Amino acid sequence: MRYKRDPKKIREVLGDKVQFVLGDMACVYGGILAGCSFFGGYPITPASEIAEGMARLLPRVGGTYIQMEDEIGSIAAVIGASWGGAKAMTATSGPGFSLMMENYGFAVMTETPCVIVNIQRTGPSTGQPTLGAQGDMMQARWGTHGDFEAIALAPSNVQECLDFTIEAFNLSEKYRNPVCVMADGEIGHLRERITIPDEKDLKIINRVEATIDKEKFIPFGVSQTRKSKVPDFPVFGTGYHTYVTGLTHNEKGFPATDKQKDHEKLVKRITSKISDDIDKIVKVEETHLDDADIAFVTYGASARPAETAMELARKKGVKVGMLRLKIVWPFPEKVIYKLGKKVDKIIVPEMNLGQIVHPVKEAVSGNCEVVSAPKIGGEMHLPHELLPYLGVK
Amino acid sequence: MTEIKTAEELNKKYLREGMWPTIFCNGCGNGVVLEYTFWALEELGWDMDKVVFVSGIGCSSRLPGYINADGLHTTHGRALAFATGIKAANPDLNVIVFTGDGDCAGIGGNHFIHAARRNIDMTVIMINNFIYGMTGGQLAPTTPFGSIATTAPYGNIEHPFDICNLAKALGANYVARWTVTHPYQPIKSLKRALQKKGFSLVEFLAPCPTAYGRRNKLGDIKKLWKWYEDHTILLEDYERIMSYGSEEEKEAMKDMFPIGVFQDIDKPGFFEEYQKLVARLMGKNNKKTAETEAVIKK
Ligand SMILES: Cc1ncc(C[n+]2csc(CCOP(=O)(O)OP(=O)(O)O)c2C)c(N)n1
Ligand code: SF4
Ligand SMILES: [Mg+2]
Repeated sequence: MRYKRDPKKIREVLGDKVQFVLGDMACVYGGILAGCSFFGGYPITPASEIAEGMARLLPRVGGTYIQMEDEIGSIAAVIGASWGGAKAMTATSGPGFSLMMENYGFAVMTETPCVIVNIQRTGPSTGQPTLGAQGDMMQARWGTHGDFEAIALAPSNVQECLDFTIEAFNLSEKYRNPVCVMADGEIGHLRERITIPDEKDLKIINRVEATIDKEKFIPFGVSQTRKSKVPDFPVFGTGYHTYVTGLTHNEKGFPATDKQKDHEKLVKRITSKISDDIDKIVKVEETHLDDADIAFVTYGASARPAETAMELARKKGVKVGMLRLKIVWPFPEKVIYKLGKKVDKIIVPEMNLGQIVHPVKEAVSGNCEVVSAPKIGGEMHLPHELLPYLGVK
Repeated sequence: MTEIKTAEELNKKYLREGMWPTIFCNGCGNGVVLEYTFWALEELGWDMDKVVFVSGIGCSSRLPGYINADGLHTTHGRALAFATGIKAANPDLNVIVFTGDGDCAGIGGNHFIHAARRNIDMTVIMINNFIYGMTGGQLAPTTPFGSIATTAPYGNIEHPFDICNLAKALGANYVARWTVTHPYQPIKSLKRALQKKGFSLVEFLAPCPTAYGRRNKLGDIKKLWKWYEDHTILLEDYERIMSYGSEEEKEAMKDMFPIGVFQDIDKPGFFEEYQKLVARLMGKNNKKTAETEAVIKK
């Protein structure tokens, strides 16, 4: 029997409407609210609290938690669960995310909805396990081999950990693509007040399951029931007898490994189903951009010191604004192109040596100066460290 | 109950339309394992809408593609982890994994260990051809000592491991090994494995004339298939010789593969235990139990 989301039971298990919790725990709440009924994970700092929270709460709502033998197995089980008809997620950090990369691509190729929460730390390798960073922003975009489109959200506070995990499920169900919640150690281990949204305020999207005649069903082409490049989902056990493979396949799902046309058609469909909708997916927050000469382009934890630096600079008469990327992938190219035409300078503070600054430069196309403001070593920027970039002492 | 009498009728019922011919070489054992599985399923009379086949990567892992049922052809070595998730999402499904010796005992060894240890409810059918067939005959963790592989051109100096003994040690509910050259016991055994709750493993010693037999000069297909008859011995006989046999007899066992049922026990499967946990935690009428209250308060 498949899991059935029971809003009453979920609320009973999550407890009070207003709580003071860790970012990690807010991801657990978001997942359970979205209807997640399977979590496969492997402990890793600073994401372990998500596995622990799931182990504690999931069985109480009737879902399944399994601690897998490693992160490769975790994401594999998550993808399997999704084909079994469950909403499923895992959570990890740098080293585990690296291990997941092959099956991340498998989820893309097989169009499997699933959510990966990455409470990022730094590297290379084991790096600084207990400290936060934004080490995997590019790995989320390019980490697996081949051509694909990534969807990734970056929460800047604990409430967003909850909200964005729900949104991640919605996007993954809608586009049938893995979706990453790219939080960072700072946010994952931050404790803040959150409000659990009421059921009536929740927007929950479920994949469109296949219902049409079995003989006529085409599992890996455009939808046969809607105007969409995302095919309806033939849940295992519902009689569709679907063959799901990571090999290049034709619309029937049969291997077509030596066929140029089939490969091109498939990969163009699974990438354009997302890129066609980029304007609908993109989510940014603009602050003080109306009169800004200088703009921060930020995401995740780095938005917090940038915001303070912006306010400090404004007090000194420097017109600074901020564009915060709530969704980093797909990249809001048009928004940033426009911003580049408007301001003289864009500063990109990141807790790495410069990752998102590159697509920013590409989108700006030389229309303004783009400056990277990196900080590594497991500490957030302090607001005053960002002031010199704004020409403020 | 069964009306099906011939292999032809069987294939018509169970093979996926449009996938023929297979990628398999002449004399390959993979097709035979598929046939045995069909017979076992037919005798069980299972609803194929509720059976899901999962595999990794390799020649043997291509089998789910040929079956008229849901199939998940995953990444190399990871099939059992994917299968775990499928079963978790819907415990009503019967999950069967086809995997190769490289897929299961090599790159996927750790997933195998833990799926067996957890006693996850699934049947794993591992086709052991002593070699990495699909990639052209490289060394596998099952390649016999001294055998030739493309990456052991001077003879294998590593010792192969025995997946059945491993599964037995891990407490799997059902463990058996057969060869494709003996039809009757394997079908019976597969039937039993499929009916078991918890984890079951059936290993098949299967010829790969192309990437193993040829290179190791085991003769034409007919001779190669005979090799499996000559190099296997029933587990009971094997154990008797190893316990009571002369030194000479024991020495002769070095090149022999014991076949038969290695383990047949009835521990509750993982999902049965999990359901007990859920029932315990949800309490009556979904009320929190004292136990969950205690965990929440921590
Ligand atoms: C991660 C990864 N590494 C390597 C490969 C290449 N590869 C494909 S099949 C295979 C070996 C399969 O051997 P086995 O499981 O014994 O299957 P057989 O072909 O012998 O049936 C390898 C190494 C791969 N597909 N993925
Ligand atoms: S290479 Fe070996 S295992 Fe693969 S199809 Fe040919 S005979 Fe079978
Ligand atoms: Mg093999």
